[in-house]
Amino acid sequence: MSPEFAVAIIFAVVMSSTPILIAALGELVVEKSGVLNLGVEGMMLIGAVTGFIVTVSTGSPWLGALAALAAGAAVSMIFGYLTLTLTANQVATGLALTIFGTGVSALLGASFVGVTTSTLGPVFPRALAADPIWRVLFGYSPLVYLSFALTLAVWWFLKHSRAGLVLRAVGESDSSAYSIGYPVLFVRYMAVLFGGALAGLAGAFYSLVLTPMWAERLTSGRGWIAIALVVFAAWRPGRLLLGAYLFGAVITLELQAKAAGWSGLAPEFLTSLPYLATILVLALISGRRLSARTAAPACLGKPFRAAA
Amino acid sequence: MSLRLEPRLQPSRLMLFASPLAAVVATLIVGGVVFTLLGYDGFGAVRQIFLAPLTNINRWQDLLVKAAPLAIIAIGLSIGFRANVWNIGAEGQYVVGGLAGTGIALATLDLSGAWILPAMVLGGIVGGMAYAAVPAFLRVKLGVNEILSSLMLNYVAIQLLYYLMRGPWRDPMGFGFPQTAMFSLDQTLPIIVPRTLIHLGIPLALALALAVWFVMARTVAGFQVRLMGLSPQAARYGGFSENRIVWLCLLAGGGLAGLAGILEAAGPFGQMVPSFPTGYGFTAIIVAFLGRLHPVGIVLASLVLALTYVGGESAQTAIGLPSAAIGVFQAMLLFFLLASDILIRYRLARGGRDAGGAKAGAGASRSGEAAV
Repeated sequence: MSPEFAVAIIFAVVMSSTPILIAALGELVVEKSGVLNLGVEGMMLIGAVTGFIVTVSTGSPWLGALAALAAGAAVSMIFGYLTLTLTANQVATGLALTIFGTGVSALLGASFVGVTTSTLGPVFPRALAADPIWRVLFGYSPLVYLSFALTLAVWWFLKHSRAGLVLRAVGESDSSAYSIGYPVLFVRYMAVLFGGALAGLAGAFYSLVLTPMWAERLTSGRGWIAIALVVFAAWRPGRLLLGAYLFGAVITLELQAKAAGWSGLAPEFLTSLPYLATILVLALISGRRLSARTAAPACLGKPFRAAA
Repeated sequence: MSLRLEPRLQPSRLMLFASPLAAVVATLIVGGVVFTLLGYDGFGAVRQIFLAPLTNINRWQDLLVKAAPLAIIAIGLSIGFRANVWNIGAEGQYVVGGLAGTGIALATLDLSGAWILPAMVLGGIVGGMAYAAVPAFLRVKLGVNEILSSLMLNYVAIQLLYYLMRGPWRDPMGFGFPQTAMFSLDQTLPIIVPRTLIHLGIPLALALALAVWFVMARTVAGFQVRLMGLSPQAARYGGFSENRIVWLCLLAGGGLAGLAGILEAAGPFGQMVPSFPTGYGFTAIIVAFLGRLHPVGIVLASLVLALTYVGGESAQTAIGLPSAAIGVFQAMLLFFLLASDILIRYRLARGGRDAGGAKAGAGASRSGEAAV
């Protein structure tokens, strides 16, 4: 294997891992606070289309990424209001959010299909970013570096900050947290907002970095893989990073095999690989001693209402 | 003076039935406003989608044809939802059921006999059940969350369909189109009202609704499913096997989704095509909730959601509303339903103590998830 080829493979793995990692980090924080938001795919699509439209209209992919962040956070508040204030069922509301996001993004993006735009490309000097070897370190979109920083930040926040402690307390036992005076609903609102913002940003990674264009259902189910990844990671940021890169590798394998035109395997099988891998990985980790059920925040998915 | 929510002593029966209606009305109004803001003729869209199909007798048969698969899938899903078994894989089970039945049809293409169609229908049911057995097995044996596993399998099922249409099952006489041969007369669902589109699947959906209503309301198995949803502890204390209920819920849901799949293939489609996945598996989730997880309610709700499909098509041609708008209306309907559900357990009261003052009470309550 030539070094150039190895670099190309690593580059591809990083590119396909990043959006899943960003979305999953958001969902990790949401779930740590005791809320299960299954609307990640919908929020990602909203982010992807908003980021694209704003970039096309302003010419600035930075503004586009910012808008995607804001749009993801904004739609997450529909979920937040319904499940936190109105105590609606979280599973059903999350599904509704995904159906909503799929439809709204298709509507908003209808007139932007086939349009091209500037991308949120490399930040380092061109000589480094385009070099066949050095680009393995310097050739990425700023969002890639941000995803590493975010992983570290989320880890530090949950493990070492006071606010992170409160968030975990709320997720483990909302009624005790409430009785010692922690604002349960406020904490959960903030977590949902953060998860929505990251999902929106992850969506923008598709429309501003990876593809870069807009097409209906651009994220093709990666939001669900991000949710599965949180389970795989047993709600730990470090394992989440590992898991995201595992999936990035599977996706890269799929794309490389298709590009090489492997005749032995049907392309449809290759497309199914990430989804089959998700199921396989869930099955493998669930059997272990540190099972998904014991690692999950105790209040995950349960509505909370302070007694009046 | 502000409004606040006060818990009710008893869940409101009135709101249980009124909130689906309120959700429909709110969707019509807010949907009209939102689509106007998006630059479409919003209230024209609402008229086209929700009223035009009702005022045109010729479209009633379309409504029934679209409602039947939705009702059949939703009835199956509602059994699981009652027990908090979240099968989100109905779309995949619908596709695999359709494929299993199609496999039998392709094997019997040159044969004739009254047994062929029942064999196809059986194949569809078994295919859907087999596909739902995967998440059931994973959950019971390994504790894998059924939401994620069943959802991933949707994507796999669609790829399986594409593979079969492109390769092994492609009709050699099909002018290169990736689709199977047309089914023969013995493989096609009979039309029960002459000169209409009303096929056997429509009375079948009604019969299934009654049968499931009977099972859920009057049998021990139905009681176990409901108890498991309302109080898993009580169910365990009563000696019910959680694993058996999970299997039952997923197999029932998968079997009915598979049935809907083969009824569509042998009915309106008359063959298997790549455009077979129609999103019914997801829309059926909305149907199940709008119908209050009750078979009779689901039949009514399936007609409402069928409106969005039939009316959505005419809105596309009449006022150029994109097809994605249907999904937005459907999601709004579910949002409003979930939002108004709080009125079942709480009522609006004026002013009085502000919620912050109650903090010192240090109590917290958890509302039952079963009331979804």
